[in-house]
Amino acid sequence: MALITTENVTKSFTGSRTVLRDVCLEVREGEVLALLGKSGSGKSTLLRTLAGLVEPSGGRVTYRGNTLSVGMVFQNFALLPWLTVRENVELGLRAKGLPVAERRRRAAEAIDLIGLDGFETAYPKELSGGMRQRVGFARALVLEPDALLMDEPFSALDVLTAENLRGELMSLWTSARFPTKAMCLVTHNIEEAVAMADRIVVLGDGRISLELTVPLARPRDRRNAAFTAIVDQIYTALMGQTRAEVDHDTPLRRPLPPATVGGLAGLIELLGAHGGRTDLHSLAAALTFAVDDLLPLVDAASLLGLVEVAGAELLITGAGEDWLAADIPTAKSIFARRAVASAPLVRVIADALRTSRSGRLRDEFFLDLLRTGFPEPDAQRQLATAVDWGRYGELFSFDAVARELVLEE
Amino acid sequence: MLVDIAVAVGVCVLLWSVVRVGSGTLAPLPVETAVELDPAALPGYAGRSLLRMFAALALSLLFSLVVGGLAAKSRRAEKIIIPVLDILQSVPVLAYLSVTVTAFIALFPGSTLGLEAASVFAIFTSQAWNLTFAFYQSLVTQSAELDEAARALRLTRWQRFRELDVPGSMIPLVWNGTMSFGGGWFFLVQSEAISVLNQKFALPGIGSYVAAASAAERTDLLLLAIGAMVIMVVAVNVLFWRPLTAWAERFRLEQSEAAHAPRSMVLDLLRRSRLPGLAGRALRPMGEGIDRAARVFGRTGARRALASRERSTLLTVLTVVGLWLIADYVSATTGWPEVLHTISLGLITLSRVLVVVLASALVWVPIGVWIGMNPRVSRLAQPVVQVLASFPANFLFPFAAALFLVWHVGLGWGGILLMSLGAQWYVLFNVIAGASAIPSDLREAATNLRLKRWQRWRFLVLPAIFPAFVTGALTAAGGAWNASIVAEVITYGSARMEAPGLGAYITNATELGDMPRVFVGVVVMSAFVVGVNRLFWRRLHRLSEHYALQ
Repeated sequence: MALITTENVTKSFTGSRTVLRDVCLEVREGEVLALLGKSGSGKSTLLRTLAGLVEPSGGRVTYRGNTLSVGMVFQNFALLPWLTVRENVELGLRAKGLPVAERRRRAAEAIDLIGLDGFETAYPKELSGGMRQRVGFARALVLEPDALLMDEPFSALDVLTAENLRGELMSLWTSARFPTKAMCLVTHNIEEAVAMADRIVVLGDGRISLELTVPLARPRDRRNAAFTAIVDQIYTALMGQTRAEVDHDTPLRRPLPPATVGGLAGLIELLGAHGGRTDLHSLAAALTFAVDDLLPLVDAASLLGLVEVAGAELLITGAGEDWLAADIPTAKSIFARRAVASAPLVRVIADALRTSRSGRLRDEFFLDLLRTGFPEPDAQRQLATAVDWGRYGELFSFDAVARELVLEE
Repeated sequence: MLVDIAVAVGVCVLLWSVVRVGSGTLAPLPVETAVELDPAALPGYAGRSLLRMFAALALSLLFSLVVGGLAAKSRRAEKIIIPVLDILQSVPVLAYLSVTVTAFIALFPGSTLGLEAASVFAIFTSQAWNLTFAFYQSLVTQSAELDEAARALRLTRWQRFRELDVPGSMIPLVWNGTMSFGGGWFFLVQSEAISVLNQKFALPGIGSYVAAASAAERTDLLLLAIGAMVIMVVAVNVLFWRPLTAWAERFRLEQSEAAHAPRSMVLDLLRRSRLPGLAGRALRPMGEGIDRAARVFGRTGARRALASRERSTLLTVLTVVGLWLIADYVSATTGWPEVLHTISLGLITLSRVLVVVLASALVWVPIGVWIGMNPRVSRLAQPVVQVLASFPANFLFPFAAALFLVWHVGLGWGGILLMSLGAQWYVLFNVIAGASAIPSDLREAATNLRLKRWQRWRFLVLPAIFPAFVTGALTAAGGAWNASIVAEVITYGSARMEAPGLGAYITNATELGDMPRVFVGVVVMSAFVVGVNRLFWRRLHRLSEHYALQ
């Protein structure tokens, strides 16, 4: 039974950029739903639409019974540093206008449930990351929300702490004491999604590109063949999105993935060490990388023709091998040629600088161009990536004082 | 750009209407001008002055919370408020002191209440813009997650203000409060004794005491007043600002403890006593009551309203009308040659300001760097410099005047000295802060690379302190413009010295009650300050951001 339903939800921000297109989704009673996607896929915006924090531009979000309460857990905890653990947990109860005694009692219960006993009077800055996120959970759960919405709740924690907290959350979920009827989490970690969720929705470019159920019993074993099969299936789906985008060729249509030359070199090197062929899943696991960290590198490498992606497999190309084997000046010129040929933004910048009289152009010129298609942080990031690539390829450099891109001779 | 011009014109029109209203209703007033010179009266006077300072601080805080909050929450309000504040911040407070005094006297005819209000208002104008910017800045840079958390928890507007907005801005508010309160003493002293329309007004207070002592040529009483002033400045720092700064540390947003958290013995003492806890417990039911009562204001919404379309035609029309009004007023009263005359006087004063800034840089940068790079010295020096920076330099003017008279120093050069008396400390203060923030690994690297002394300065020290120096020099220049109004004309007893300049022009016009000339002088001076800020300081500031040590 659906707790939250979105009907044809569309969201566009100022300018013409659309982050959600016609999304129809249900958060159902008794399920754990995971929203997966690369950065910029709209997953966080979708979660905020479910929470009522973002107003959709089109379509609608309905709650069962209209009075549904939702709790929210944030990536960076969003605790008020000047309030103690107990005061943080009580804040939502005060917003409800409950009397002091009841606030105390309910906060104590939530603190007990989430394993924060003894820390009631501590301030957030005295706690470790894991304990802080526990406060985040207690603050959301104390309101006994029908649905608990989580925005990458474990991604600011180190691997071990995250694993531990995930495990505890899932055992609470299966216990009778847990006060919420459904959970929905945004993550960029495929394994995390498969380990926790009953249902996974993959978003690409603002649309639902894949929806699948995870029929595995809990607790789940990551080495289980069925588990890795699902992970590979999702990887293939995410990489498929990349290839579908490839036939257009302007800076606005083909954004530069946020990958540094150093990161690319590391990826190719690692691939070479694996004999030129490996699957993404084990590569990500070996590096403890999540989708957001690994996929831009893979996207960039395949954009430049240094690797090829086949399903969830990654293969080094001839050009990739040349780049790997070459001495530094040759490697630079190989890279420069590839970047001009296949990265539209790099080509546009190099062309514009060559045709300008002084060989210098303000960065604002290119930012303005990018801003017509991307939000500010994306525009900045793409220009930074292009500058990184251009510098390495000795195509152009950046004068940070004058804020000008400068043609290299 | 249009908005900026419109705002500038709007401020001028406001000033103009105050001048019109003020000059129309001003009649000789029976206001008590007698200030007792008896030293026994001094503590009482000091107390009244202190009261004015805190009244102004409270008003400034209230203003900044309301106006800064409004600017941060509404795009439409922001478009007007921010440029207005930007201009008001650069307009020398003393330049329009006389205008506001006349207006307030007209508002409360026949009582000293007008003078009180004018004095508090003068201090207020030296603090409020600063604090408002601080609150606005910290609201618009508030983390998106905290904003969303407040909305997801469905906090009421009041709860959000109390639990998120104000605590999150506490550190910048306290820091700016400390700085502007220090600067406020200068305006307190000036506003307590002022002559407008050939009439001398005096409010009982430490500033008017000094004025009276100076008129009576009583050096001993001047020294006494200076002693009282030092005690007051130090006491307010130790008993009020220092504990407040240390207390505000708990509102630091970084999730880890600061390495060099400021400490205060007074605060430690308060924390050890049981009284604050008892008071807190007694007040808690009241807090709950306010919490409940404030529910009527509703729940917190999105941080920003949507951008509204700019009504540029209306704005253009208003700007043109405003310009026409001003032009009409000027040509009907002083005439345009007078404007040219004030501009040439402005250039003279500008050159004095430049000399002050350059000389302060030459003297205080090396000394400031030396102090800042020696932690032991800077721990001792920093509070002393802070007191020097807050000590109102105009307190010393009568002394300086006496010395100038004895040594036959002209006010052309002497004025520069007087202007720098208050302004230079901002340079020193900021350079010390900048130098002490140079990371030790950078210094070690410089030593390891065997940089020569000049190379060390060229590549490490000067770039590292550049942003702090720019901030200090900008503040010093602002202070110098303000000081020019009192430093280009000084009196001691019956002797009077004067140097040509825009400051002297404004002072003279004020004493004669020549309101059109006051108006022209104030507008021209403001235009100078705003123009130099836009053309010079703003660029320097942007350049300095490049040198920021993270």
